[in-house]
Amino acid sequence: MKSKKDPPQGKGSVSRRGFIRGVGVSGGALGLVSTSVPAAAQGAGAMGPGPVPVTLRINGQTKNVTVEPRVTLLDALRNHLDMTGAKRVCDRGTCGACTVIMNGKVVYACSVLAVDAQGKDIQTIEGLGQGGRTHPVAAAFVRHDAQQCGYCTPGFVMAAKGLLDRNPNVRTEAEVEQALGGNLCRCGTYVGVRKAVLDAAREMKTRGGRNA
Amino acid sequence: MPEYSWPPKEKRRLMGKRHDRIDGLEKATGKAKYGSDLNLPGMLHGALLTCPHAHARVVSIDTSAAERMPGVTAVRLIAKAGDEIQWAGAEIAAVSAKTEEQARDAVKAIQVQYEPLPHLVHEHDLQKAGPRAKAAGEVLEGDPDEAFKTADVISEQMYGIPVITHCCLEPHGNVVRWQGDKVDLYPSTQNVSGIGGDLAKSLELPAAQVAVHQDHIGGGFGSKFVADRWGVEAARLSKASGGAPVKLFLDRATELTIAGVRPSAYGVVKLGAKKDGTVTVWESRTWASGGFTGGNSPPIPYVFTRIPNKRQNHSAVSINAGGARAWRAPNHQQACYLTCSALEDLAAKLKMDPVELFKKNADWTPRPEVYRSQIDKAAELIDWKKKWHPRGDSGSSHLKRGLGLALHTWQGGGHASQARTTIHADGTVEIELGSQDLGTGTRTAIAIVAAETLGLRIQDIRVKIGENAYPPSGASGGSTTIGGVSGSTRRSMTHALDKLFDVVAPVLGAPKEQLEAVDGKIQVKGNPAKNLTWQAACAKLGMNKISEMGTNDPKNPGGLTSAGVGGVQMAEVEVDTETGLVRMIKTVAVQDCGTIVNLKTAESQTYGSVIMSICAALMEERIMDAQTGRVLNPDMEFYKLAGIGDIGEIVVYMNMEKEYDDRGVIGLGEPPAIGGITAIANAVANAIGVRVSHVPLTPERVLAALERRNA
Repeated sequence: MKSKKDPPQGKGSVSRRGFIRGVGVSGGALGLVSTSVPAAAQGAGAMGPGPVPVTLRINGQTKNVTVEPRVTLLDALRNHLDMTGAKRVCDRGTCGACTVIMNGKVVYACSVLAVDAQGKDIQTIEGLGQGGRTHPVAAAFVRHDAQQCGYCTPGFVMAAKGLLDRNPNVRTEAEVEQALGGNLCRCGTYVGVRKAVLDAAREMKTRGGRNA
Repeated sequence: MPEYSWPPKEKRRLMGKRHDRIDGLEKATGKAKYGSDLNLPGMLHGALLTCPHAHARVVSIDTSAAERMPGVTAVRLIAKAGDEIQWAGAEIAAVSAKTEEQARDAVKAIQVQYEPLPHLVHEHDLQKAGPRAKAAGEVLEGDPDEAFKTADVISEQMYGIPVITHCCLEPHGNVVRWQGDKVDLYPSTQNVSGIGGDLAKSLELPAAQVAVHQDHIGGGFGSKFVADRWGVEAARLSKASGGAPVKLFLDRATELTIAGVRPSAYGVVKLGAKKDGTVTVWESRTWASGGFTGGNSPPIPYVFTRIPNKRQNHSAVSINAGGARAWRAPNHQQACYLTCSALEDLAAKLKMDPVELFKKNADWTPRPEVYRSQIDKAAELIDWKKKWHPRGDSGSSHLKRGLGLALHTWQGGGHASQARTTIHADGTVEIELGSQDLGTGTRTAIAIVAAETLGLRIQDIRVKIGENAYPPSGASGGSTTIGGVSGSTRRSMTHALDKLFDVVAPVLGAPKEQLEAVDGKIQVKGNPAKNLTWQAACAKLGMNKISEMGTNDPKNPGGLTSAGVGGVQMAEVEVDTETGLVRMIKTVAVQDCGTIVNLKTAESQTYGSVIMSICAALMEERIMDAQTGRVLNPDMEFYKLAGIGDIGEIVVYMNMEKEYDDRGVIGLGEPPAIGGITAIANAVANAIGVRVSHVPLTPERVLAALERRNA
């Protein structure tokens, strides 16, 4: 499966949650002991393992949550902010159901730690089509029936929006396939997705507006 | 008696045309709430501890450390010391805690000692199965020995189609709240009307005390019908935690390990035929496994059931792996693969065009004319005559193209369904059914049938499904939903309209038999100037409302629904003989499903089925590790599904000709998900000149087959 997704880069921190989780497994007892230690008391750069305050900028709004440092952006959104458009499916950076846009880049929210997403501009599906207008990508997905059970759909819509944000001149199915190669659908809606993204591209170009 | 038939095709305003799904926008904007999206007040998170061994005895379980972990509200044992565990991933214990992370940590703190026991996790080699294989007994018809003696040609080949998983994107699971004597279940289920009773039974509660609520489900494909262990345990964790709701959904690895599989099928098929391609005899030695309970024989010979001479032997192999659940068209993909591959190989041996061979043998099927015409249609759409070449005769380039075909069938009669229509005095129309929309477009289909019947617009109908308090409607399995809900909706709407006519007839001064509902009006037939708008007509109800039931009885469906369809799929592939990679060029699906309610979602279902077939033909396989007995690929990186760039061109042709349309509504979920796998496998054989006996057709298998051919 080809993917053009940028792996998340956590500056000066470990961004591979698999590693973090691994530590969590073997360090269970350690975790028990150190929950009583305030996060701030643990020296510069060290956090947790207990909950820490995290400030996120999501869809232009500031959101404060208190989560353990190992909590992903996806789980922070879903479990702590009730923003459940992004779905947890593979939970390992393969399927794209959790796709969000961070600092203009399409990323897997399951593969970004919430603490590392601080200071970034995060767009989620909930931020699309604000002000009562439907985003052209979402509208095109409905028109072309680019969804069945719909569980992968928000991820596809965000990946498609990310594509059209960076390249409004998308014209070919090959370009769509390249950009959305990192999103998987089980019901098999790809035929509709190809049509929807190209149609949305045409419409957004006609309208001239990139961000609805 | 009211008229229950569908309006004639030319008079249907809505049915059979393309309509957007009515819940499309809430899904595409992320507003749709699935069970796994719920964050109820005070909700706890559950997690499961599963067994790491394929076969083991539980020696001891110590939960004391887990119970002391921060945030933990309850720990429950599912297995106990002395229990014999028969597959890796089997549930051992469950925990609830305030956060998901705490629940996972607590699970890891549970100490379990196992005594590992010998296991078998592979069934592809029957010799190695030993006593774990159970023969089902020979099935004999006609005189196969004599038929082989007199056959002009005999073709024999080994085939294998593996275990695959459902891989629903929304994992199995639920949110459950057990407070006092009432349980609220927010599942991910294909069985809204039935799952509450199933849970109640396990909890030893009266069924009426379990209320089921589900707006959306993120995929089921046959694997989500019952409450399951995780439903029962989530309920008990909730009760043990003072009635706080508990969310327990499987993580991906557990989902792919224990939440259901499609059984495998392996075997040798031997065919005898005349020179002209007419098959005269079938012989098969097959085996299969769907887990610890083994695996039944697929229905072979598939579709060509009337082959006169047959000998069949099948063995069920018990292995130590997560168990089978219905998988979209249960056992039909396997049957189709064993049958239609064997027919393609026979055609190659006869140097005959398989299209001709399949058509020649169509008389062995229950619907020869349907298949012949569908084969012709599909051949036209894929340009078979121009593109087909004899097997292996595919030029000197390392890129080889080939064509293949397969046929399939399914019943798809409507299930038992009841619907309640309410017409309010302000003109509002509601319809309630204890049904579910798996993404097939059931909600939209109900609205279309309702609006067609009342002469209203689709958006005028409020469709209410997903609660077991609504009139019972069958589980969505076996392509039974569209027939079921179309029948019950049509009848309940007809009854309700009849009641409205009773009220309106005196106002319009015409007998009610003379009234019709057209374009938002109730009018007198032949005198449309005499009419009331829908609103005005409903206003005559005053303080009353109309509430009428309608039933689809599978034993007596009338003319609204029927069962039994045919379909043909053809595939064109390109195989890189240097890398072994198979690329999809084009797939054509010609499909019958009787009267079509919504052409747009019917086409979507068929596109989706073809894409699923591409996944299963080229990528999907549950891979077991002989040493540890565990699934090696319980993730979405190595349990491969096709991506958007892997599918090629897909052409769908729905049979809407009069003879198909006249049959009433028939289900579509399974049939188009059957033939594609075999069509692709046959196309690969045609391209490279040799049969790759086992799907999925991975580069490794393709290269190995090429090597055997060249040896």
